[in-house]
Amino acid sequence: MADSQSILAHAPELQHHFDDSAQQFESSTLGMWIFLVTEIMFFGGMFGAYTVYRNLYPEAFASTSRFMNVTVGAINTGVLIFSSFTMVMAVRSAQLGRKKALIAFLFLTLLLGCVFLGLKYVEYHEKWLDHHIPGSGFQYEDSRYVRQAQVLFFLYFAMTGMHAVHMVVGVGLLTTLIVMAARNRFSSAWFTPVEMIGLYWHFVDVVWIFLFPLLYLIGHTT
Amino acid sequence: MSTTLPFAPAEAHPNYLNANYGWKSWLFTTDHKRIALLYLFSITAFFFVGGAFAVGMRLNLLTPEGIFDHDTYNKLFTMHGIIMVFFFLVPSIPATLGNFLVPLMIGARDLAFPRINLLSWYLYIVGGIIALTAVVQGGVDTGWTFYAPFSSMYSNTHVILTAIGVFISGFSSILTGLNFIVTIHTMRAPGLTWNRLPLFVWGHYATSLIQVLGTPVIAITLVLLGLERLLHAGIFDPAVGGDPVLFQHLFWFYSHPAVYIMILPGMAVISEIIACFSRKSIFGYTFVAISSIAIAVLGFLVWGHHLFAAGQSMYASMAFSFLSFLVAIPSAIKVFNWTATMYKGSVSYETPMLYAFGFIGLFTIGGLTGLFLATMAIDVHVTDTYFVIAHFHYVMVGGMVMAYMGGIHFWFPKISGRMYPEGWAKFAALVVFVGFNLTFFPQFLLGYQGMPRRYAHYPAEFQVLNVMSSAGASILAIGYLIPMIYLGWAWRNGPSAPQNPWNAKGLEWEQSPTPPPTFNFEHQPVVNEPAYNYSGGESEVHIGG
Repeated sequence: MADSQSILAHAPELQHHFDDSAQQFESSTLGMWIFLVTEIMFFGGMFGAYTVYRNLYPEAFASTSRFMNVTVGAINTGVLIFSSFTMVMAVRSAQLGRKKALIAFLFLTLLLGCVFLGLKYVEYHEKWLDHHIPGSGFQYEDSRYVRQAQVLFFLYFAMTGMHAVHMVVGVGLLTTLIVMAARNRFSSAWFTPVEMIGLYWHFVDVVWIFLFPLLYLIGHTT
Repeated sequence: MSTTLPFAPAEAHPNYLNANYGWKSWLFTTDHKRIALLYLFSITAFFFVGGAFAVGMRLNLLTPEGIFDHDTYNKLFTMHGIIMVFFFLVPSIPATLGNFLVPLMIGARDLAFPRINLLSWYLYIVGGIIALTAVVQGGVDTGWTFYAPFSSMYSNTHVILTAIGVFISGFSSILTGLNFIVTIHTMRAPGLTWNRLPLFVWGHYATSLIQVLGTPVIAITLVLLGLERLLHAGIFDPAVGGDPVLFQHLFWFYSHPAVYIMILPGMAVISEIIACFSRKSIFGYTFVAISSIAIAVLGFLVWGHHLFAAGQSMYASMAFSFLSFLVAIPSAIKVFNWTATMYKGSVSYETPMLYAFGFIGLFTIGGLTGLFLATMAIDVHVTDTYFVIAHFHYVMVGGMVMAYMGGIHFWFPKISGRMYPEGWAKFAALVVFVGFNLTFFPQFLLGYQGMPRRYAHYPAEFQVLNVMSSAGASILAIGYLIPMIYLGWAWRNGPSAPQNPWNAKGLEWEQSPTPPPTFNFEHQPVVNEPAYNYSGGESEVHIGG
């Protein structure tokens, strides 16, 4: 670790129970990665259920994929990938101790996250108008697949909904980071929260990278 | 109670108990030792709540006609299971003894994330309060397994509220596991290499892996269950194309590994006790350490043995049956190595050792009957009978609770700075052992004869064995109440404990004062010998090495 020496040199945020900043940073990083593993298992349960139902009902699956808004989904994919880039730039700015750039990139990431959530709202609203929300009001165009389609839309909402919840949490975390940055809490020697929340943000992006083809593209027929 | 808690005498050296007083110093503490005590008290409370439901069940089963109607009885066994599994057994040893001892044993000043440690206790309490709210509101009747579609469609009880409670307390478990893994990786004292790590720490490391990998899956399963119960989309309802067996797969993917969360920390405690009271190093240290990891890994591959009678494909069942047999190997390695450790050791019979003896015998019975159940043909015969009940109570009560009691006694001087009355403790250990066997051994016979679990009423021919079981349960209850009384008494009035009353090895005894100061050690501990070096040999070899 090349920069561990620079962390050692300056340690305003060292907590009492750690020997040095390098140990503290290593602990934070390992802890964050383990947390992301738990997140993979969390989403993994739903990906497992998705796999089971996709195998059980391939025709119904093809039928429901016609109602996925691929355009909005694709735009959102681009938005998230670009937000990953701005997040990386934010971490880079923190490393270099450039406060203004850090705040700007964090703000841009936050904005892109909000764009994603806004477009997600548009999609959900479409589903609402089409009566594709599972529950007592559910209706489906193809009478052969009404029940199976409801199960599949249930999975769609569970998976994208849980992803959206993570996005909302991410937006909250970014807001906290911006406030902390504005109060000069970060320096080139200590910016662990920026890096950790960066990892979280990338993870949530990667989940969407899997969700988009699985829910929107596979089995897509016009 | 006033705001001062005079736990420690005024003349005692500065330690974590007398560092400061008042309820704020406890509820806002980030000291792992104080958080361990917060857990200890709350877990004990849940143990007695869960036990109260068991009392109701055993009373009901005294006579074939019972005293409760079916609905009430369904709620009794459900809430007994939920409270005991999620709010007692899963956090029991890791959150109390593990929390207290892992940093001490590795020579650290605290866990890596002290505030997250406190957060995990609050999550546990919030989850527990929500679950208890569901109990007070009328309870839940799905069984602790929440099987769909009964839980998602038909049950008229507080399924969602209970699921929220379990969901929240699950995050407490995840955070504890995460904290342990990071702490064990990054905060070991100089010289404490992985192959010098106490087996207690190895056991908790393996437990943490399961907590971190398994618990998120039960969390998402309960989310799906709650959504399904709200929306009735039919995801677990076979009538509309849903798959109820999928729920069982998701549920047991966590809940089978979770039974290893409920035994690995017990094994971890037993390794410490056996080595100390045999005054020998553990036989086959590496095998015992690696077997913990092997149990954690294999534990994730056997969940399908809960589905032998659920319409799972025969070939899947055969694979799961085979894998279930494999788990017996690392478990047996542990039992054999503990036995070999005692061989030609200078064994003494203090209370913790009595519990360890109990553990080895009862866990062996519980483990071997697990092999009966892993055999498909036998499993079909005894599925959902009292044989299964007896099997897992031998592992969880005969194993885990025995180890928990043994561990509490073993480290009581460390935690409180006081000695407990040895005579009473030995008596209580005996009462627990007799009461336990009288409660659960008859259930093996009942199950083999075909008495199904989860029924309020039963044919008259089963009454004798059921009366024996209920009688045993009342003895067992007394066995658990006696330690409550004398440990509570000893906490204030017991004679002061020396730093190392058992002459045990390990940083927590040898290098930390009793009770430990807030930051655990007065000097940075350094390790220069293997674990359990009771013979005193080899240490020269490692000094300066």
